[in-house]
Amino acid sequence: MEAFVHIAAAAGLTGDEAKAASAAGSAGFAYGLAAIGPGIGIGYLVGKSVEAMARQPEAAGMVRTTMFLGIAFTEALALIGFVVFILIGL
Amino acid sequence: MNPMVTRLEGEAPEIQVSLDILKRGAYVAPIIIAVCAVFAGMNGAFSALYGIAIVLVNFLFAAGLVAFTARISLGLMMGAVLFGYLVRLGLIFLAVILVRDASWISLTALGLTIIVTHLGLLVWEMRFVAASLAFPGLKPRK
Repeated sequence: MEAFVHIAAAAGLTGDEAKAASAAGSAGFAYGLAAIGPGIGIGYLVGKSVEAMARQPEAAGMVRTTMFLGIAFTEALALIGFVVFILIGL
Repeated sequence: MNPMVTRLEGEAPEIQVSLDILKRGAYVAPIIIAVCAVFAGMNGAFSALYGIAIVLVNFLFAAGLVAFTARISLGLMMGAVLFGYLVRLGLIFLAVILVRDASWISLTALGLTIIVTHLGLLVWEMRFVAASLAFPGLKPRK
């Protein structure tokens, strides 16, 4: 946050503009961070599911259903980060 | 078996799940829109409608991507899911950026609708999926 204030001050913005710019910058940064966790989670989830389906193709239907719901639940975390971003910084 | 060449044919359960979610979304949409209309007026109602549409299209797109690529290879499916995640987040971002300055938008109603609809529909669907996985012959009440 401090860094954004310094950058905004260096760019010659007034107090309110600097505040708005630093809020937008921080929100974007937070959204980026919030998207990393679900990305790792989905990668792990799908990797394990693919492993399970390759090992037991007869159980693929069940694994795919569970995998799809798991992806959607994990993605909800990124959506929460996105909503915080639009409420704070957009 | 090698996941890079293994492919899954037959029925795609994701499509079935997402169509189920779509159906349930149509049931709850009037309630969510009415609640947003009470708290944020007509802007809230339009924003809720837009948010519900974003969530449902996101589900359908995710399911379509998995179903399409699983017919080709599991390795491709994995890649498509991971890049699809990025693409879908980008599309949601774009969908919101495009309307952020519109006169009819309420960002609070839109954001809350996206979270509540996404999680609510998932939990509702999971109730039926969990029952059918535990008791495959059971047809849960609608």
